[in-house]
Amino acid sequence: MRGLEPFETVVSEHGPVVMRVCRALLGPADADDAWSETFLAALRAYPELRPGSNVRGWLVTIAHRKAIDQLRARARRPEPAADLSERLIGAQVGAEPADTDLRGALAGLPDKARLAVVYRYLADLPYAEVAALLECSQAAARRNAADGIARLRERYQKDEV
Amino acid sequence: MSTPTDREIIDDISHAFDEPAAVAGLRARLAQRAAADGLLDVAYRTMDSPAGPLLLAATPAGLVRVAFDRENHDAVLVELAGAVSPRILRSPRGVDDVARQLDEYFAGRRRVFDVAVDLRLAKGFRRAVLEHLREIPYGATESYTDVASAVGNPKAVRAAGSACATNPVPLVVPCHRVVRHDGTYGQYRGGPEVKHALLTLESAG
Repeated sequence: MRGLEPFETVVSEHGPVVMRVCRALLGPADADDAWSETFLAALRAYPELRPGSNVRGWLVTIAHRKAIDQLRARARRPEPAADLSERLIGAQVGAEPADTDLRGALAGLPDKARLAVVYRYLADLPYAEVAALLECSQAAARRNAADGIARLRERYQKDEV
Repeated sequence: MSTPTDREIIDDISHAFDEPAAVAGLRARLAQRAAADGLLDVAYRTMDSPAGPLLLAATPAGLVRVAFDRENHDAVLVELAGAVSPRILRSPRGVDDVARQLDEYFAGRRRVFDVAVDLRLAKGFRRAVLEHLREIPYGATESYTDVASAVGNPKAVRAAGSACATNPVPLVVPCHRVVRHDGTYGQYRGGPEVKHALLTLESAG
């Protein structure tokens, strides 16, 4: 029987994807904390993980919960609640304008479509897992992801005008 | 410009959120926090040495494994994940100091290692052999027969040999100081040429 890999290998293989997901869910300012909390929680639970499990799906599920915690904490803070999209776009030193624009486009999507795009395409999870994270049917997850991509495409076309 | 495909949109979006530099910094911090929270069961690093690249791995109890390049470092880490714990991260904890002492040893400036050693990977007789090896001083050698006698089982020459051959912490626990009865070098985890070089180094001091 093949056992669990060293956790360092897990971080090497999946650290960049989890970072992408955290940034897409929370924006650069809070993504670092969410990434750290995700991997610390994963390290704590890791010895109990069944060998052969889908590690990326497991990590993204933890990241999803950590992001929700952060969003709730943010909602409780006495600051203008409004600007999720501004935070998501974030100020980033050396960022290319095209990237900033894309981040803005993703941030502008309706919540379900945004999450479906993030989990299906940035995290590369199958629809069954996307549906579990969004607490909806697989068909709905598919529709939300397709809707998200369609809206992003409109954004591209708008730019060209 | 034509309408982008789904794949192009997805690739662009993925790229827009990539942040390799941030991930590198966070990995170092993760190892620190894991150690502080008692979640770092095995810390490791690699180093270059005259004996080739070495892997050094430590538990909170001490140095648990030193591996030569020919053992395949990745395979050794997988073994440690099974034998000790999969909570393994690259971290300086407990291994940077060993690396410094090994550098001094290879440079001929150190004769004794001041390092906590965790011998959990060796059991019973093998462990008794390793405990004894730690007492063989720099520059000295013993035969496998001497070692078997020293641990109270003079007939177990072959078992003493295999305890040396499977020493999980070579160099620091000096199995290279055990040679064959006829004076030839015998087996070594790092290869016979490394054993020869170590004994030559120590005889020069």
